[in-house]
Amino acid sequence: MALIINAVHVPDGFINAPVSAAAGVVAVGAVAVSLRGARRELEGTSRAGGHGGERTAPLAGLVAAFIFAVQMLNFPVAAGTSGHLLGGALAAILVGPYTGVLCIAVVLLMQGILFADGGLTALGVNITVMGVVTAVVAYALFRGLVLVLPRTRRSVTVASFVAALVSVPAAAAAFTLVYAIGGTTDVPIGKVLTAMVGVHTLIGIGEAVITMLTVGAVVAVRPDLVHGARGLTAPLKLRVDGELVDAVPATAAAPAPAGSPKKVWIGGLVTAFVLAGFVSFYASSNPDGLEKVAADKGIDKNVEEHAAAGSPLADYGVKDVEDARLSGGLAGVIGVGATLAVGTGAFWAVRRRRTASAPPSAPSSESRTAESV
Amino acid sequence: MGAGHAHQLYRRGDSPVHALPPHTKLAAVLGFVVVVVSTPREAVWAFALYAVLLGAVAATAALPAGFVLRRLVIEVPFVAFAFLMPFVVPGEQTTVFGVSLSVPGLWGAWNVLAKGTLGVAASVILASTTELRALLLGLQRLRLPPLLVQIASFMIRYGDVITDEMRRMSVARRSRGFEARGVRHWGVLAKSAGALFIRSYERGERVHLAMISRGYEGSMPVIDEVTATRAQWTCAAALPLTALLICLLGWTL
Repeated sequence: MALIINAVHVPDGFINAPVSAAAGVVAVGAVAVSLRGARRELEGTSRAGGHGGERTAPLAGLVAAFIFAVQMLNFPVAAGTSGHLLGGALAAILVGPYTGVLCIAVVLLMQGILFADGGLTALGVNITVMGVVTAVVAYALFRGLVLVLPRTRRSVTVASFVAALVSVPAAAAAFTLVYAIGGTTDVPIGKVLTAMVGVHTLIGIGEAVITMLTVGAVVAVRPDLVHGARGLTAPLKLRVDGELVDAVPATAAAPAPAGSPKKVWIGGLVTAFVLAGFVSFYASSNPDGLEKVAADKGIDKNVEEHAAAGSPLADYGVKDVEDARLSGGLAGVIGVGATLAVGTGAFWAVRRRRTASAPPSAPSSESRTAESV
Repeated sequence: MGAGHAHQLYRRGDSPVHALPPHTKLAAVLGFVVVVVSTPREAVWAFALYAVLLGAVAATAALPAGFVLRRLVIEVPFVAFAFLMPFVVPGEQTTVFGVSLSVPGLWGAWNVLAKGTLGVAASVILASTTELRALLLGLQRLRLPPLLVQIASFMIRYGDVITDEMRRMSVARRSRGFEARGVRHWGVLAKSAGALFIRSYERGERVHLAMISRGYEGSMPVIDEVTATRAQWTCAAALPLTALLICLLGWTL
């Protein structure tokens, strides 16, 4: 029998009732925001324009059906093992973050009610972790990379690879955070985090490869359908006497990019800092969660410390900062800041080298405009 | 969605449980699960009583025990996780058959197993006694945003179509001698997934146009409003209320 690497939906009884309820509120809020955002996103793809709201239901419904189906597509790894797509990153890249969150939420809702896959009380946790975190992280990364990298098809595939790769362990880390606040059993959080992120990094590699290949396949045929790559289409060129000439000077007014790069960056940055700082600040103020675990860890000397235990950010608290809440929040902010610095540095380095080595060439043959489809 | 589209989890019947309006059943199951999750884990007998309650509901609905038990297989992955807990959780140790296990870990495993299983069983009974369309109507009646319910209904309605499309692609691949054996073949599978997305999206566009041409303006007309009488609500509330009583006893005893 084939072993299927499966992402387990959180069952009932895993997270305590108050935290499940809080996650439920977060999920309801996210779905409400997504319902509004999805109208805008799906209106944007409309060629005729004008009917936003009524396109949402059929299109988002069909995309949800697609996610549902594609999760059943088995990707064999080796020797009877196979994995499947989680689809959060793919959905966000293909149809945009709002519609993506909406589709994943609907899929999770239906799986919970119909197939008892994932507990009903854990629905909020599942939607928040597997839908919101995955889609937002994936889309922010994807969009950021696409804007920074040169405008080629390869950049789109590279960006979708990285986005999917990071989104899976990010969801695992988010789950660990939820578990740290409201887990029903005091498993040492450091261990949970190491195990969850470790396993999910492996799963993330598979997810990233599949997502990259799938996005690549869609971009090759219908680049206009890839929401995250909008605004990258080059104007249609005609070859006249062996020379490339601009066709009609953009009659249909190429769709504007989903937002100016600056806005996306600042928005993402603020969200990340707020989440990292405020949420972990709040989180550690809960006497049930981290502190209790910390106390347990203090009492029990047999617990193996993991490799990073000596690092200043170990266990998500900053050393020499007495206040546990402040420490947790600070660690989150420092983590985000460091990630951002390293990430931005890398992107700039890559971009510099790219633009220096190759003169900007228009990727003319790869994109089609709406008329040619 | 006529009879042909009834999902395979549904079991036709005419028991009192089948006859209850869907939103009362949804509310009852949700209430029951919330009560179960908030029960203290030390009250082992309470969970036994919950199981008896669910058994009674299943018996009223004339669901064979084997049918419900087979559906519980869905929880196998987290059962595996629960079995790890006694080994990894630190704390007071106890020795069972010469193996050292942690006491808090055992409680944690019990907690997840008991509550998870009861939750899955409740959902299974709900899905086996309620038709898909009725479930969606029930969700709408419970004030889920109409747009969300519409998306869910489109997903359910076209889920089979898209899955069939995927199956046809698989048949086409295999009939050309393709067999996915490892990572090297992922490219082909991913191209199928990409094609499936394009087909789904384009089908969505066609469905939308077809609906506009039939006068769709963004909301579905409600032609069969589900209503529940006070007696039906009382009947459905029996499950969560009994459970609440058990839960309160569990906290006080």
